[in-house]
Amino acid sequence: MDKYNLYEKIILYLGILVFMTFILLPFVEMFYASLRPLDHLFRSPYQFYSDDLSFWAYREMWKTVPMLPRYIFNSFFLASVTSLITLLFVIPAAYSYARFRFPFKNSSLYILLAINMFSGAVLLIPLYKVLRTFGLLNTYQAMIVPGVAFLIPTAIWLLKSYFEKIPIDLEEAAFVDGASRVQILRHIIAPLSTPGLVVVGIYAFIGSYAQQFLFAITFNQKKEYMPIPSGLYEFIGYTTVKWNEMMAASLVGIAPVLIIFLFLQKYIVAGLTSGAVKN
Amino acid sequence: MKQKLKSYNAQTYLAYALIAPAALYIVLIVAWPLLETIRLSFTNSSLAGEDYVGFENYQKMLSSKKFNGIVTRTFVWMFFSVSLKLIIGLIGAVLLNANLKGRSIFRVLVMPPWVVPIAIGMLGWLWLYNGYFGIIAGVGMRTGILDGPFGFLAYKQSAFISTIIADVWVGTPMVTVFFLAAMQGVPRDLYEAAYCDGASRWDRFFKITLPQITPVIITMSLLSAIWTFNSFEIIWILTEGGPRGATTTLIIDTYKQALGNYKFGRGAARAVVVMILLTLFAGFYLALLARINKKISHE
Repeated sequence: MDKYNLYEKIILYLGILVFMTFILLPFVEMFYASLRPLDHLFRSPYQFYSDDLSFWAYREMWKTVPMLPRYIFNSFFLASVTSLITLLFVIPAAYSYARFRFPFKNSSLYILLAINMFSGAVLLIPLYKVLRTFGLLNTYQAMIVPGVAFLIPTAIWLLKSYFEKIPIDLEEAAFVDGASRVQILRHIIAPLSTPGLVVVGIYAFIGSYAQQFLFAITFNQKKEYMPIPSGLYEFIGYTTVKWNEMMAASLVGIAPVLIIFLFLQKYIVAGLTSGAVKN
Repeated sequence: MKQKLKSYNAQTYLAYALIAPAALYIVLIVAWPLLETIRLSFTNSSLAGEDYVGFENYQKMLSSKKFNGIVTRTFVWMFFSVSLKLIIGLIGAVLLNANLKGRSIFRVLVMPPWVVPIAIGMLGWLWLYNGYFGIIAGVGMRTGILDGPFGFLAYKQSAFISTIIADVWVGTPMVTVFFLAAMQGVPRDLYEAAYCDGASRWDRFFKITLPQITPVIITMSLLSAIWTFNSFEIIWILTEGGPRGATTTLIIDTYKQALGNYKFGRGAARAVVVMILLTLFAGFYLALLARINKKISHE
């Protein structure tokens, strides 16, 4: 019943072609533009063919965007610190939700879900004032602190579902045999939940890497602390944008998350969809 | 032994202690700012200081024609964006669910717009939309649809449509992936039984697949409505809300008032409107989720 005749196959592949073109065209065109010399890009109407493709822009961009290495470092640094702090807060909370029954358990879980729906934009005003009062504007903290808050809810939900998969009998048996809670944590829960922790950690990393714009342009004006997106955004306002270099730099900025994701997409997608599809 | 186990599983104070750090963090960084926003909306707060002004911000806001236009525009923008995401996402999921060679590769290739930082994706779209040198204008000129360079982001209507398309590009992969996951969860024997009864492919889709994944479709509609409503980076990078306000949605307007002009009070009043609308959405969503969960646990 899953067999298609030739006619159906052609239609399906055509559909996939159109769909994939929509999804991938921006990336393909970004890459193509990054390989072309600037005077080929600045021809109107658009020239589809260039004969002298090169990685020249990937060398020149470091001169045009002198702070680029710093932006790349900042993006990694911000994403790593943000996801580590998120894990620190989320691990105990998720464990508690997975194992204990207590009043307000379900309602607080739903409140967490609701928080996911508030964009950072609503909270910017008070956060701006607080950060200003404490002298934290234009620092790394200004981007990390709100970043963590918006990763906690989903991370708790995700990690909770991993903890729930660890059979409670194991813990109970150890407890009856006299193991302490700390020992149980170290010898039973920690090893069994490593895959889950990795997935949630990666979720937090990709999430914080992706959210580096709103907080970054609002709370930080200092170039030294800018992550890639806000650093590159500054160049777009210039009258002559060197598009080939800009696209090259953008792709370099995208590459790390894309690579991590491609290697681990199976686990991440399974984790994220299991929550919403099966609940 | 039972007694001991009971003590292991029913330590409420421990449960709360483990949650406390995360809860405290959320209260400080999310809940308190929400309340503070409400308070600020009744003041004329700016960098200079603040005074209590009652409902003045709200009165000014609600009586301004511009603001009413922004609210309408937000919902129109949202309606088109969400509908397109759902329709394209559903078609995409059907295509990627078909038993074809290479589908596992396509399933991975669909995801990049979802994973990549939105801001960087938008830098790419800025280039695509370039009126003189961009590929879209280029195709338009070469096919004769356009009779010259055309700045897609420079005119009111085309900017409105262009921002929607970019938003659909960002949001579709996630919708597709969730629909696909739901389709794969439909029990196979349902299809086999229908196939034996001679149901056509079309029938099987409309009478089995679609009803089976309806809960996910509804959930995704609400979720993507919420995310679309919140969409900031896409519009900000492409048009900053322009030209002449044509793409200024509520979120963009809130941001401009608050942090473009440092009129915190006025910005806060807009943020409160956003909050109220989001609370309504979230309420719908949670009520729905509770109902779906109940149904599942009954079955």
